[in-house]
Amino acid sequence: MSKENKESQSQYPESALEAGVKAPVFTLPSGPDQKVSLEDYRGRPVILAFYPADWSPVCGDQMALYNEILPEFKRFNAELLGISVDGPWCHRAYSEHRKLRFPLLADFEPKGEVAREYGVYRKGDGTSERALVVIDGDGRISWSYVSPIDVNPGADGILTALENLSSKKEAVSGD
Amino acid sequence: MAISMGAKLILPVGKRDHILGSPNAAVTLVEYGDYECPYCGAAHAIVKKILAITGDQLRFVFRHFPLTQIHPHAERAAEAAEAAGAQDSFWEMHNLLYEHQQALDDAHLLRYAEEAHLDTVRFARELAEGVYRERVREDFMSGVRSGVNGTPTFFINGVRHDGSWQMESLLAAIERVMDSP
Repeated sequence: MSKENKESQSQYPESALEAGVKAPVFTLPSGPDQKVSLEDYRGRPVILAFYPADWSPVCGDQMALYNEILPEFKRFNAELLGISVDGPWCHRAYSEHRKLRFPLLADFEPKGEVAREYGVYRKGDGTSERALVVIDGDGRISWSYVSPIDVNPGADGILTALENLSSKKEAVSGD
Repeated sequence: MAISMGAKLILPVGKRDHILGSPNAAVTLVEYGDYECPYCGAAHAIVKKILAITGDQLRFVFRHFPLTQIHPHAERAAEAAEAAGAQDSFWEMHNLLYEHQQALDDAHLLRYAEEAHLDTVRFARELAEGVYRERVREDFMSGVRSGVNGTPTFFINGVRHDGSWQMESLLAAIERVMDSP
């Protein structure tokens, strides 16, 4: 089905997917010769950080910030994936410059397809929203948040969501 | 979808903090900053001007948020400020660090300690032993949990300031809080 048909028939969500919904699976380039699939991480929490573009002119931009906080995410055995519509070569340059230690995925072809599936594509701008999605080990969305496009949402929401996930797991296992 | 509510400071200002200005000030400005970050360097001058304008209506608190992955000297500089603080000279060192952002290697940190008339043997030993690493980490994590989203990040009476931190905008935001009932 062509993208136009899909859109006119509203097969994409109108707004960001929320907790409880199954996270749409995807495979995207994480570099010029590598690909990453959401299903690669089944069994662990996954943080999807959608952001509009690489190379914003501040030191502690959102991806650099998460790079700093990575050890805290690892404590929950969570994987962080950054996603923007930039191509894989742009991501590689940006990632090397900021010394990022997590994958940046290129939602490049078809442009913004994964962002659309998550309800976080900005048609007018041609970029994704600044949106955070936390997915549990079973592939279900546990928490999501859309920040105003010019406000870096930081990491507190992510950490709270990860804590809630792990305490839910403990409750279920009857500890 | 979720509405953006101002992020809130989760660690209230207290005895552990470095506080500049009147203890009874109605408004508190907290900054999470990195000594090697050029934007924080610019903000340093702005904060000084704002403090001069607001007098005893404002007090200022600085907490460390070193971006160690991109600023190789930031962590050490933060520990140097804490080491100076242990000798009652936090703000002197803080100023020296922001005035010499291009020179934050260990040799220069020692020179600043001399300039601040610190016990340099104690200073050097404490830095080498990482005595203040935990303290800097506490600051950093409190920032993370409060929604710090880059450097500098400012909180005015515990609410993250999401506008520009250029002079006019930051001062206006502070004055809005001062004037509110």
